[in-house]
Amino acid sequence: MAEQPLFKVTIDNVTVEVPAGTTILQAARQAGSEVAPPAMCYYSKLEGSGGKCRTCLVEVSKGSDKDPRPMPKLVASCRTTVMDGMEVKNLTSERVVDARKGVVEFLLINHPLDCPICDQAGECHLQDLAYNHGNAGTRYEFQRRTFEKHSLGDKIQLHMTRCILCYRCVMVADQLTGQREHGVLDRGERAEISDYLEKSLDKEFIGNIIDVCPVGALTDKTFRFKNRVWFLKPLNAHRDCPTCSGKVTLWNRGDEVFRVTARKDEWGEVEDWICNECRFDKKKTSDWVIEGPREINRHSVISQNKYVGLVKPQETIDEVIGKEPRLFLDIHDVSQVNEKDRDLSLIEGPAHSTDFKENEEKK
Amino acid sequence: MKLLLENAHIEGIRYYDAYRKHGGYRSVEKALKMTPDEIVDEVKKSGLRGRGGAGFPTGLKWSFLAKPEGVPRHLVCNADESEPGTFKDRYLMEFLPHLLIEGLIVSSFALGSNATYIYIRGEYAWIPDILERAIQEAKNNGFLGKNILGTGFDLEIYVHRGAGAYICGEETALIESLEGKRGNPRIKPPFPAVQGVWMRPTVVNNVETLAAIVPIINMGGEAYGNIGVGKSTGTKLISACGNLNKPGVYEIPFDLSVEDFIYSDEWCGGIPNGKRLKACIPGGSSVPIVPANLLTKTAKGETRYMNYESLSDGGFQTGTMLGSGGFIVLDEDQCVVKHTMTLAHFYMHESCGQCSPCREGTGWMWRILKNIEYGKGKMEDIDLLWDVQRRIEGNTICPLGDAAAWPVAAAIRHFRDEFEWHVLNPDEAQVRNYGLAHYADRREIPAL
Repeated sequence: MAEQPLFKVTIDNVTVEVPAGTTILQAARQAGSEVAPPAMCYYSKLEGSGGKCRTCLVEVSKGSDKDPRPMPKLVASCRTTVMDGMEVKNLTSERVVDARKGVVEFLLINHPLDCPICDQAGECHLQDLAYNHGNAGTRYEFQRRTFEKHSLGDKIQLHMTRCILCYRCVMVADQLTGQREHGVLDRGERAEISDYLEKSLDKEFIGNIIDVCPVGALTDKTFRFKNRVWFLKPLNAHRDCPTCSGKVTLWNRGDEVFRVTARKDEWGEVEDWICNECRFDKKKTSDWVIEGPREINRHSVISQNKYVGLVKPQETIDEVIGKEPRLFLDIHDVSQVNEKDRDLSLIEGPAHSTDFKENEEKK
Repeated sequence: MKLLLENAHIEGIRYYDAYRKHGGYRSVEKALKMTPDEIVDEVKKSGLRGRGGAGFPTGLKWSFLAKPEGVPRHLVCNADESEPGTFKDRYLMEFLPHLLIEGLIVSSFALGSNATYIYIRGEYAWIPDILERAIQEAKNNGFLGKNILGTGFDLEIYVHRGAGAYICGEETALIESLEGKRGNPRIKPPFPAVQGVWMRPTVVNNVETLAAIVPIINMGGEAYGNIGVGKSTGTKLISACGNLNKPGVYEIPFDLSVEDFIYSDEWCGGIPNGKRLKACIPGGSSVPIVPANLLTKTAKGETRYMNYESLSDGGFQTGTMLGSGGFIVLDEDQCVVKHTMTLAHFYMHESCGQCSPCREGTGWMWRILKNIEYGKGKMEDIDLLWDVQRRIEGNTICPLGDAAAWPVAAAIRHFRDEFEWHVLNPDEAQVRNYGLAHYADRREIPAL
């Protein structure tokens, strides 16, 4: 086999050599996580993914050694291949930072922001993206788009309202399960992922659509509302599985297995696809051979030490908003419970409305 | 000088006999004696530019077509004419279907396509029948099918109906739709010239472009190239609409001034009821709107002509584009805010939903415009609108994002005072746009 030519690419002043045909994003990942653009729809294991979410836009300030002209538009780094001598600006380009802020804002205007009740919270790529690249507030003043909750069978739940239409689950179904039974209906902002008839998705390997979903649109019904991911301990484990590699991550609390997922690398991508049986049915520690704890080095809340060295905001609320916070409902308007001159500890047993009424009368 | 519509008014020209009697299919007889490369050369010499909107030189596009051994190539005719304000292709297909078929035969021979497709928009429900009849007539007379005119060249033309999506006029979305998939634009590269329909090399051309191949072959590329001005060669069909005395489809020479086109009795015949010209969108809804003073004269004070270069003089700051030739005229009574809102709704409705800036941004722009139009706007909304369009433009997969952003940008650029007037005088704006007297209830903002 002839030796592949190596192309020299500079991304944010970091130079790497990569084989021809590599995309800018892959080259940037080789260069290190500091310069790698975020990706919401691109998935290196899925053919034809990427190009849709536009978060990975970068500026090509020099096309190549042969043709040094810069590219006029920002390009999607996940779908643009490198040229020899290319110079790419990611975070060093103001245009890119501004465009990415715009994309984050667009992705969030119709997102429900229901992180407190979302199972994905803590390992959500959109959370990370918004935290790293977005603004604290929104300028969107309109009613957010919502969809009905949609059951995709007895194992998978779809919350279309949270979806960012990355098309990853469509590609998983196309490329892993042999027959796709769900897809995108309608268009524009009304586009939705659906299997149309609430038919159950039960093809082997379909469970992987939960792992590839960057947000909480597709969740595991066997894990829904059971626990927050940051209270769970990830463990590498394997079993002798006839259909898949059997290499998984168990999410335990004590000896109880709360959920089973595929092992994910530092970019949040699955290392080996796992089958439905491993994912949904093997929820006992005795089903698995435990190898040891798994390092999670991407997700903010799960992983330890991600924010070591970062200065956390110290401001109190009134410093941030510039005035005393105004409560929407001042409890003292309607109830005298906890008023300053009431001492609940003096009341025997649980407080009761009559306790206050009596005081009132005494007055 | 008319090259395309010369015979359009002859009775029965829609059918083969009359079309053939008036010189039809001469170009096929001539072209099949030439080699494909000679035809491509003639088209290159003619300087023909794509009539679908972007104005890319057709000969150059044809020469990019990859020709790997043993892989079939295809020509696809883009008849998905969905741009608001553009209806020239409909006219051409409805009244001169054989002109398109003739152009398709010559172009297919030049490109080596044995199966050529006409992708027609679903809303043109009656036209596929006209085209299919024309194809059958051509086949009966030996211009289609096996061994055309004894040259050994085989060609079948298929008419494929779309299901009514603006986005399917984008060439890669058209290809996806033609393959039977969801009409989402593909990410380029690879370009259709390398991997198009069924991953085979494909050329996608507009109806008018392919029809223009006929006069190019008949008169020779050089003679065609001598007609027109500079890089705008030949003639162009303009579909004029809006506040005009004589709206319709016109074939114009490129040295016609915009002022003449609007006011001369030979063309559109001026604006009804003696109203004044306010603004114009000269190339279909996606090109920037220009106010009257910048329409007839460029920023430098030169007369503006109806051609690619003159209309785009001054860039987007003071100019616009010829686009697909959907000439929309607004008189003094029209409201730019309302008009922009209508366009924004169109783009929101037609966005495919694949990439996030366009999917979310088009709806956002429409909602802001709706607030301003219905008297609920704020001054900051105008700046916000500018910011939203700026972040959509150039950041999307296909040009629909740009097409949605440009009209909004141009409206704010040239008519900011009208937006501000809307914000400051919501009641007056309601009265003007909806004829509501001051005591009437304010119009409800319609739900999505």
